[in-house]
Amino acid sequence: MKNLHSKAFRRRAGQLLATASVVAAALAFANAASAQTLTIESWRNDDADVWNTKIIPAFNKKHPNIKVQFKADPPTEYNAALNARLAGGTAGDLITCRPFDASLDLFKKGNLVSVNDVKGLENFSDVAKSAWSTDDGKTTFCMPMASVIHGFVYNKEIFDELKLTPPKTMAEFHAVLDKIKADGKYTPIAMGTADQWEAATMGFQNIGVNYWKGEEGRKALIEGKQKFTDKPYVDAFKELASWAPYMGDGYKAQKYPDTQNLFTLGRAAIYPAGSWDVPIFRKQADFEFDAFAPPVVNAGDKCYISDHTDIAIGINAKSQNMEAAKTFLSWVASPEFAEIYANELPGFFPLSKAKVDVKDPVAAKFVGWRGTCESSIRNSYQILSRGTPNLENELWNVSAQVMNGSMKPEEAAKKAQDGLASWYEPHKK
Amino acid sequence: MTDLTASHVQSTDVVPARSRFPIHIVVFLAPALAIYTLFSIYPLVDTIRLSLYAGDETGARSFVGLQNFYTLLTDPNWSGQFWNAFTNNLIFFAIHMVVQNGIGLGLAMLLSLPRLTGGSVYRTLIFLPTMLSVVIIGFIWQLMLNPLWGIAPSLLKAVGLGSLFGPWLGQESTALLTVSLISVWQFVGIPMMLIYAALLNIPDDLLDAATVDGAGPFSVFWFVRLPLILPTLGVVSILTFVANFNAFDLIYAIKGALAGPNFSTDILGTFFYRTFFGFQLQVGSPTMGAAVATAMLVIILIGVLIYLFGVQRRLQRHTF
Repeated sequence: MKNLHSKAFRRRAGQLLATASVVAAALAFANAASAQTLTIESWRNDDADVWNTKIIPAFNKKHPNIKVQFKADPPTEYNAALNARLAGGTAGDLITCRPFDASLDLFKKGNLVSVNDVKGLENFSDVAKSAWSTDDGKTTFCMPMASVIHGFVYNKEIFDELKLTPPKTMAEFHAVLDKIKADGKYTPIAMGTADQWEAATMGFQNIGVNYWKGEEGRKALIEGKQKFTDKPYVDAFKELASWAPYMGDGYKAQKYPDTQNLFTLGRAAIYPAGSWDVPIFRKQADFEFDAFAPPVVNAGDKCYISDHTDIAIGINAKSQNMEAAKTFLSWVASPEFAEIYANELPGFFPLSKAKVDVKDPVAAKFVGWRGTCESSIRNSYQILSRGTPNLENELWNVSAQVMNGSMKPEEAAKKAQDGLASWYEPHKK
Repeated sequence: MTDLTASHVQSTDVVPARSRFPIHIVVFLAPALAIYTLFSIYPLVDTIRLSLYAGDETGARSFVGLQNFYTLLTDPNWSGQFWNAFTNNLIFFAIHMVVQNGIGLGLAMLLSLPRLTGGSVYRTLIFLPTMLSVVIIGFIWQLMLNPLWGIAPSLLKAVGLGSLFGPWLGQESTALLTVSLISVWQFVGIPMMLIYAALLNIPDDLLDAATVDGAGPFSVFWFVRLPLILPTLGVVSILTFVANFNAFDLIYAIKGALAGPNFSTDILGTFFYRTFFGFQLQVGSPTMGAAVATAMLVIILIGVLIYLFGVQRRLQRHTF
């Protein structure tokens, strides 16, 4: 009796399951048929507004059949969240690409497809593509979108009040800093070391390009022809160490938002910046501000800027809407997109060769340096951060320590070099 | 049909009803067992399994035995970070044991004073931070200790002690201590409540008898109350131990995953996070992360075992 009963139950359960799976399959099919909705995965949650009100509507004017949805995670969670969703098969069709290895890793794992055949890729230079290409440069897997440029933003009112002119050389820079410090009313440099990346990115990479001569030094490091213990790198650390007396009270516990506030409240004169700060300052600062390029070491030296490839967009290999996704990518490569992006998000500069008018004067100044100085990218990003210890993490750590005074510039250089030499063949000797 | 019925009848004949397999025990155990297996035992076992594998760049995994643990403990790049995190974690735990549980005990004693007015108000206020989100705690304390616009430097200046202030959260020598004390501030309510409950359990006649025998307040505490709440202190210690060695959130909220300056606030939780999820340009490694997680499990297990066999068995429980 009992057995029979359970058999019947099992049969019914089986039927139920079958029905359920049929319904699920039908739903999935219906989903695929209505399709043509692209979802973008991104870490730029700050830009959600611009995407939803400017970029996507502009795209839809040309391609009304393709719906686009912008879905962003907080920047610090993006990599982990995206990897989890890719593994679970629930990631969106379009994936915003971090530069270099994070994305290369996704490509190697088969999560991103090659975009070599997507129209519009020819609008980008090799340097622009380098952040999203395989090491041999043959396959590109993300469509480059924008780069960020480093420099110094300064409070024009304070400069006028103290009769200062933007410095061109390191000697002038220090003269300016001394004058501001002597006046005593303002903090000369707005910067903190609590978040560590500020020291490495706005400090070391910002001024460093002038010391190691941009791409020349960056490539020499990759090839093993230069070491962090060489003069240019030690000098860059030395320069950073010399900033400490000019920074605000308790800069060791000062975080990035504190730094921004210190500047926008008009309490600090000079802010080592990333161009992405421009739109934020535009909103918050009620004084006039301007920018100067990283000062060169000696007067008359060729100048270099850190013009860092930062953001691109690729296609999820499991996307159901491959064609629509490619259409979107070629639109991203168009001058139209570049124009919108550059002006809605001043501080993110399009990488395409198309000439774009940047309307914000300070952002325009940043991008203008491309004409007078040589562009380079951050030296730890390509290839060199593949091993353990991670070079980028090490640079954050030692740059912050150098500025805190808890490490000498030579020790910082040695630590970075030792870490790199412990796993990177061209540096093992 | 007949066969079925026959066997059925036979079985009831042979086996007396009482000694049949006690099916109800299984039924009662099943829900908890199923939930723990699914959400606790299975993930734990799977983590240990994952720690024995290594992934390559295509994402394929292969069995490598104990290689990950070997790397973790012998490769200076890994072992340095691991032991640094472990040492910091021990300090973090020691500060909690001394300060948090010490203050918790003191507060519980004060609360159990017979003539205290407004006891429940204090109790609620002191317990309140425990229920706040760690993100809020981190944010508030960073604001208070902020060297630029925090209240701490201004308060110290107001009483003429401005020179004592330092950027405590940013200095290698003080960051870990500061973060630990913030955590102590948040969680001091838990030992207080547990100890307070234990103190209430002590019958008044015992205390009265001791007083009549001529014991002062100090002796009453030392020779009567303390021995009676020792089992609770044991429970509080083990809870602190497990919570501290699993801690992550407060440090992540205040110092980020790189736990600076120079990894001086790095504990096992943040070390695990960096390893498993990656950080900035460091690509995460689930297999190495699983090895770190397993190492943490072993550390906690050892601690708990020491407590169970070394401490708890010697404790005498008193029931009244």
